[in-house]
Amino acid sequence: MTTTSLESLLASREIVVFCGSGGVGKTTTAAATAVAAVTELGGTVLVLTIDPARRLADALGLEGIGNVERRVPDAALRAAGLEPRGELYAAMLDTKASWDDLVLRHAPDEETAYKILENRLYHNITARFVQSHDYIAMERLYDLHSSGRYDLIVVDTPPTRNALDFLEAPNRMADFFGGRLLRWLITPYRLAGRRGARIVNFASRPFYQLADRVLGSQFLQDIAEFFLNFQSMYDGFITRAQAVERLLHDRRTSFVVVTTLDGAPLREAEFFCQELAARRFPLGAIVLNRVLPDFLTSPDGQAAATLLCDQSERLAESVAALGERGLEDLERTARVLRTIGATFRDYSVVATREREVREELGRVPDVVASVPAFPDDVHDLAGLARIGRALLGSS
Amino acid sequence: MTPAPPGAGFLDRRLLFFTGKGGVGKSTVTAAVALLAAEQGRRVLLVEVDAKGNLTSLFEHPPVGFDPVEIYPGVCAMQMRTEAALREYLRLNLRIPVIGRLGPLASVLDFVATAAPGVKEILTVGKVCWEVRESLQGRADWDLVLVDAAATGHVLAQLDSPRAIQELVQVGPVRQQTDWMAELLADPAVTALHVVTAPEEMPVNETIELVDRARVELDVPLGSVVVNRVLPEPFTRADEPVFDALLSGSPRDRLDAELGAGASAVLDATRLAVSLRRSRSVHLTRLRDAVDLPLLYLPYLFVRDHGLRVTRMVAEHLAEELGQ
Repeated sequence: MTTTSLESLLASREIVVFCGSGGVGKTTTAAATAVAAVTELGGTVLVLTIDPARRLADALGLEGIGNVERRVPDAALRAAGLEPRGELYAAMLDTKASWDDLVLRHAPDEETAYKILENRLYHNITARFVQSHDYIAMERLYDLHSSGRYDLIVVDTPPTRNALDFLEAPNRMADFFGGRLLRWLITPYRLAGRRGARIVNFASRPFYQLADRVLGSQFLQDIAEFFLNFQSMYDGFITRAQAVERLLHDRRTSFVVVTTLDGAPLREAEFFCQELAARRFPLGAIVLNRVLPDFLTSPDGQAAATLLCDQSERLAESVAALGERGLEDLERTARVLRTIGATFRDYSVVATREREVREELGRVPDVVASVPAFPDDVHDLAGLARIGRALLGSS
Repeated sequence: MTPAPPGAGFLDRRLLFFTGKGGVGKSTVTAAVALLAAEQGRRVLLVEVDAKGNLTSLFEHPPVGFDPVEIYPGVCAMQMRTEAALREYLRLNLRIPVIGRLGPLASVLDFVATAAPGVKEILTVGKVCWEVRESLQGRADWDLVLVDAAATGHVLAQLDSPRAIQELVQVGPVRQQTDWMAELLADPAVTALHVVTAPEEMPVNETIELVDRARVELDVPLGSVVVNRVLPEPFTRADEPVFDALLSGSPRDRLDAELGAGASAVLDATRLAVSLRRSRSVHLTRLRDAVDLPLLYLPYLFVRDHGLRVTRMVAEHLAEELGQ
């Protein structure tokens, strides 16, 4: 099995989807990858982010809310010491606006579109139904990709409770709208509508008897009305969901799993890799984020730490003998020296655990890139570029 | 008047929700609270809402299902499953027995939940509230119900679901059920929502935003903010100049000579620790300025692995922080 570098992955794919559990630095890593692609490879690159930290959004010029892609000015890249070889764009996902677009596109006429847009269930679904974010993110990706404006689109995925949800979203949407259950539910309503009756006898079926007792019939009627309208978009919707699904499986698409080396995110990343493979989604790389530096596990460092902890008084005298200012207080200097030794040992414990995990992951036949733990949060283009270099350099 | 310690009464309310951004250690903190409460002789029900199934691993116990299982003396755990909760609800409240496999009922539930957000959430919150009410009325054994709740993005929808359902459903038994649930959730003598965070940019941002939104959108009393993984300050203000003096010139040369090849590794490690702590402090300050809830601090633990030993360490730090 050949190992490809992340760089060649970026050069050969049109869509790279970043996924991983919450809090692992997915958004930042995706943005850094886009910056690296535009400075190292060129072309027109778009980063589609879901929920960036405000300062990161500012760095990418995404102050305004909305669904429009914005060019990151070359001047901003140059000011960060970068030389763009292509054009960098950034966009945020506005779930509500994207859903509205979708309805306007697929509804058979304006009247139906507005009936849907003004339905309170519609509002609930788009604003609060968590999975609707997953679906719309993939839908928007499809839209941007088929515009043909971008050579490479780097996508950040929504912070779902289950990192896999978004992969199934298009399929589930299609299933849902094509579902027998839906047709079965709205049939009596539709028939009643034809007869012009305003009150529907839901009690004619056992399901409605149950639902009526639990939920009250008005509620059920609201649901039916909503889906009756929504069903008029059925064909457009299904075609679209299937196209999104195909695009995710396409050879032009690749997935990158981002994780830190902490227990819980790591377990989730491993699970995610397995699931990608099981569903035949192309896994391109694993990015290990915030990895502690190698020197923390060096035997020389261990030896030095032992000396510092065991012989702090002697060492304090030794440096004090140099006569430099600020080191006269032997007790204080000894305490500082012991702290240095203890600090190394503390970090070494974590770094050793990380190294073991990395060695295990190294056996996975995919690109494994590491990003070091930077002391500061990254929130400017220069910082993104630094991560980008680490990503491309360490494959 | 001496102000009460930040943790006063922490374990006295009966229903505690823990939320927080993914990756901050929400489950670890919830598990530690359970452990601490159990050590003090309380009977705890620990509810895992996100089906990751790793809450019980913090007690080195295999995953559990919907029925509570004692995973540690005094701690029973259950994993929330909305279908099981629905089945139980139908059986107990509407006297509709659901026999055998759920099959069609499960797909109806999926359907209704898709149509009306809040349905799955209400089953989760409803089950939790039910256990609390049973215990208040002496029919269940719990002194404390702890919920490892949804992450910040979802918890508002979850805790607000009784109200959301009330908006959708005007009459019927469901309507009556949601009334007492909303009341229970709003009672400061019973319920508290705690937010777990870490001193990093995004977790702090989300915490500030969540606290603001919870105040406006929710009728659930806020408890405290638990700041997890606080890095130690390596040096006091007075000691720091000594460290700086050791980093260059002849003292540095002397350390190289004394410590050998490892000198730069230990000094670089300490420098990294100092700057990590410094950048985290900025976020801690931001949090303190923006949030006027009691803050509880738990240190970063330099440990190799997670398990009961680590959960116990966190519980000990928590006890100290609560003044217990």
